[in-house]
Amino acid sequence: MVKTCLVVDDSRVVRKVSRRILEEIGFDVAEAADGVEALAWCRAAMPDAILLDWNMPVMDGLEFLTQLRREPGGDSPVVVFCTVENDPDHISRALSAGAVEYIMKPFDSDIIESKFVEAGLL
Amino acid sequence: MTPGEISVLADLARRRSGVIVDADKTYVIESRLAPIARRQGFTTISELVSDLHGRQDETLIWAAVEALASTETQFFRDRTPFQVIASDVLPALARKGRQEVKVWSAGCATGQEPYSLAILAEEERGKYGPMAVDIFASDLSERCLEKGMAGIYTQFEVQRGLPSRLLIKYFDKVDDHWVMSPRIRQMVRMERQNLLTDVKGTGPFDLVLCRNVVSAFDPSTARTVLEQIAATLAPDGYLVMGAYETSAHHTPAFRPVPGLHGLYVRDPNFRIAA
Repeated sequence: MVKTCLVVDDSRVVRKVSRRILEEIGFDVAEAADGVEALAWCRAAMPDAILLDWNMPVMDGLEFLTQLRREPGGDSPVVVFCTVENDPDHISRALSAGAVEYIMKPFDSDIIESKFVEAGLL
Repeated sequence: MTPGEISVLADLARRRSGVIVDADKTYVIESRLAPIARRQGFTTISELVSDLHGRQDETLIWAAVEALASTETQFFRDRTPFQVIASDVLPALARKGRQEVKVWSAGCATGQEPYSLAILAEEERGKYGPMAVDIFASDLSERCLEKGMAGIYTQFEVQRGLPSRLLIKYFDKVDDHWVMSPRIRQMVRMERQNLLTDVKGTGPFDLVLCRNVVSAFDPSTARTVLEQIAATLAPDGYLVMGAYETSAHHTPAFRPVPGLHGLYVRDPNFRIAA
């Protein structure tokens, strides 16, 4: 069965680039522009994977992830951060909150693919 | 570049390092030599080639020969060999009572392979009792080794093959770069080495990684290099080759370990030439 990935990023351009890369490696892609929108998506249908920005209006990535894990079935999506935050402290906080991998922007298709392999998604 | 210039370069590379230059890939040759031409003040690569041919300056010749070899690498490249080392090679050596495991990363480029091994050894530490892992890494390219010894990598490099968990555990962030921790760096000793001429007398090693190296050589060079590697292996040691390589059509010195792709042991019938 085709895996689904929810791309959560407030930049339309980043969502578009990520969508293209993820579709090329075989994912069905949905998009959300912030944490609240992403939660609504997840309540409707839990995706297999979430590519998650950190800094977003309304609800940021870390808060979204914390809330997601409290939802029924919210522990199942494999979460990979994808953000400009590139210091060890942010990475460590993301992993403690339940993300399995962490991508530092800028990224390309090689990095996404490599990180999705690490995350056991490919 | 003219065919004549390409053949000058191909001939230099083959004689000095055994590396076969693909004459059809002009853009690869040009992109590898362009930085040297620029540093030396030549306006074109043709000028560089004619200087190499005419003046026979050893330093410049070696700079060109080193640049013509591929330096493509990444942390935990191909994954599988590292899983096999953790699941089979280290436990097998531990069962034989090895307290110190000697590893050689042959053709280590900018150091990602030996550092991946050191990180692996650190992660596996204590699982098989007291076992120290000592890693020797060599490459033809002085410039690659300088970078490897410094242990400084770009954000792009640390995101290919290296899990984030290991990144924050074993690297420090300094400005825009990621620096390998001293604890890992001190497990690895790096040295310039030409596989054509400098292998004799090294070893014995329990594990040799020589991946995506001999496939750049002509068949007779590949055979010589592999047989010299066989001579450096401990009798019960292992060789790991690249994902798309095999020793079989070069030499009978090794036989594959069934079920473990890319892993070889020395054939007991192979006699090391004196």
